[in-house]
Amino acid sequence: MCGNEALAEAAIQAGCDAYFGYPITPQNEVSAYLARRMAEEGRVFVQSESELAAINMVFGASATGKRAMTSSSSPGISLMQEGISYLAGAELPAVVVNVMRGGPGLGNIAPSQADYFQATRGGGHGDYRSIVLGPSSVQELVDCMPLAFDLADQYRMPVMILADGILGQMMEPIVLEPKPRRELPSKDWALTGKDGRPQNIVRSLRLAEGALEELNNRLQARYREIQENEVLCEEYLLDDAEIVVVAYGIAARIARAAVDAAQEEGIAVGLIRPITLWPFPMKQISRAAETFRLFLAVEMSSGQMVEDVQLAVAGKAPVLLHGRSGGGVPSVDEVLAKIRQLTIHSTPV
Amino acid sequence: MKTVLRRTAVLKDCPTHYCPGCGHGIAHRLVAEVIDELGIQGRTIGIAPVGCAVLAYNYLDVDMVEVAHGRAPAVATGMKRTNPDKVIFSYQGDGDLAAIGTAEIIHAAQRGERITVIFINNAVFGMTGGQMAPTTVLGQVTATTPAGRQSNGQGYPLPVSELLAILPGTVYVERCALSSVPRIRQAKAAIKHAFELQINDAEGLSLVEVLSPCPTYWRMTPSKAMTWIEEDMSKVFPIGRLKG
Repeated sequence: MCGNEALAEAAIQAGCDAYFGYPITPQNEVSAYLARRMAEEGRVFVQSESELAAINMVFGASATGKRAMTSSSSPGISLMQEGISYLAGAELPAVVVNVMRGGPGLGNIAPSQADYFQATRGGGHGDYRSIVLGPSSVQELVDCMPLAFDLADQYRMPVMILADGILGQMMEPIVLEPKPRRELPSKDWALTGKDGRPQNIVRSLRLAEGALEELNNRLQARYREIQENEVLCEEYLLDDAEIVVVAYGIAARIARAAVDAAQEEGIAVGLIRPITLWPFPMKQISRAAETFRLFLAVEMSSGQMVEDVQLAVAGKAPVLLHGRSGGGVPSVDEVLAKIRQLTIHSTPV
Repeated sequence: MKTVLRRTAVLKDCPTHYCPGCGHGIAHRLVAEVIDELGIQGRTIGIAPVGCAVLAYNYLDVDMVEVAHGRAPAVATGMKRTNPDKVIFSYQGDGDLAAIGTAEIIHAAQRGERITVIFINNAVFGMTGGQMAPTTVLGQVTATTPAGRQSNGQGYPLPVSELLAILPGTVYVERCALSSVPRIRQAKAAIKHAFELQINDAEGLSLVEVLSPCPTYWRMTPSKAMTWIEEDMSKVFPIGRLKG
């Protein structure tokens, strides 16, 4: 199974009631797979007329309390930003998969990580965040689906899975086992018809003086709770490391191979791999900055995640970047060469 | 004493924010009465647009959602597909439905979504200050057509109902008006029919276009606005059943 098909099947197993999407490469296997499987399951699949419509169909299904998702790739995700902002403002759960490709503009269809800013900063208008997951294998992509639906329902907000063209297309063996679900709050806010209860209203408009600030304060309190409780990251070979590579997603797979090769050469290097990109593992990186000498961010963009690393390191150590953009994928040798170069610089005088 | 008329409970007992002479109050009441008479208050979900009717959920006592500008038919699609037993309607103005939301309404109709659309056409953007809408008639003065709408450069009024009526996915399209008591009664009958089709699971979208007065931005008295619908606006947007 390729990553796109695997995430689609995982969505079904995670209880996704409805999928809405518009074709775009490199994620078309998601909709092709779900067109067949959702029908088999008696669930909803609609090919929309645009990404604008797709995210608003998600909005509609979610407002009635259903688990809904969409998937797209970078240019399509840009079109969805309006809807994602409305989802955030209306406090509606949703799962959005972005199988990133090269940009800006129509760019190309090669794998990329250049939508990091858009995903982790909110992306649309207003003061909001989405939870962003950055899996680095097809298995992790599969495991992210039930987690994404649970997080979305628990915190009533959009959750984005930030994959890329490689992850979507590559085939790896996977184990599909529905993970234990979280205890989730009841959706008493959902629009189900007001039979036997007062009217429910789902909206993002807050006109009364102070009402919108109150909503924003509530959202920010929720975001702080998420930062406190939901950070996921992997630490690899950090003991005694002098250099810490920070990378996520498919770039972390490449970086890990380079770290292994550097270790064989006797270089003390480790890896921190953020799995949640928002909330970013600030504490883990900050703690590492107390001991380690040099940080190297490796990413498939001109330098986006590196800014979060810099924020976490807060000047306690140098932070360098190895970034490839426009669909360029760094090779293991390239990253290894960069690590060797840093070793020279970090040699004590 | 015998009660001959009562206010429907689906319309909340509160003042609206609409301007004097605005048609939204009448249209809200017609929708509310229809929901009441059909006994569907408990299983109806309404969708408010961006525009003057954005606060419709403050007046209509059914579960409601307020959505992004023009996207109501897409939201309705998501709701109806996942809740075929619910009655889903959108209430949209001409800026919302005929300008920014053209793709959504055309494609919801094209897919034959089993939803009901109440389309309020008052030939201007009301909420934002009376700018030209796609439905502004030629020669009509608005904030952005100070010399009157000219076809050369500002284009022609968009006949949404005619466009939708030719699509196989619509089961019912009718254009009504709020310009007189008989017209209002006909509008109510049309709205009721549109809801009934959905309740009976008719295979497609039903839409009622309502020519509705906006005295504020037509720069007219309320009574002159009613006359203008009858004598001018309905020449561009002929009243009557287009389909079904």
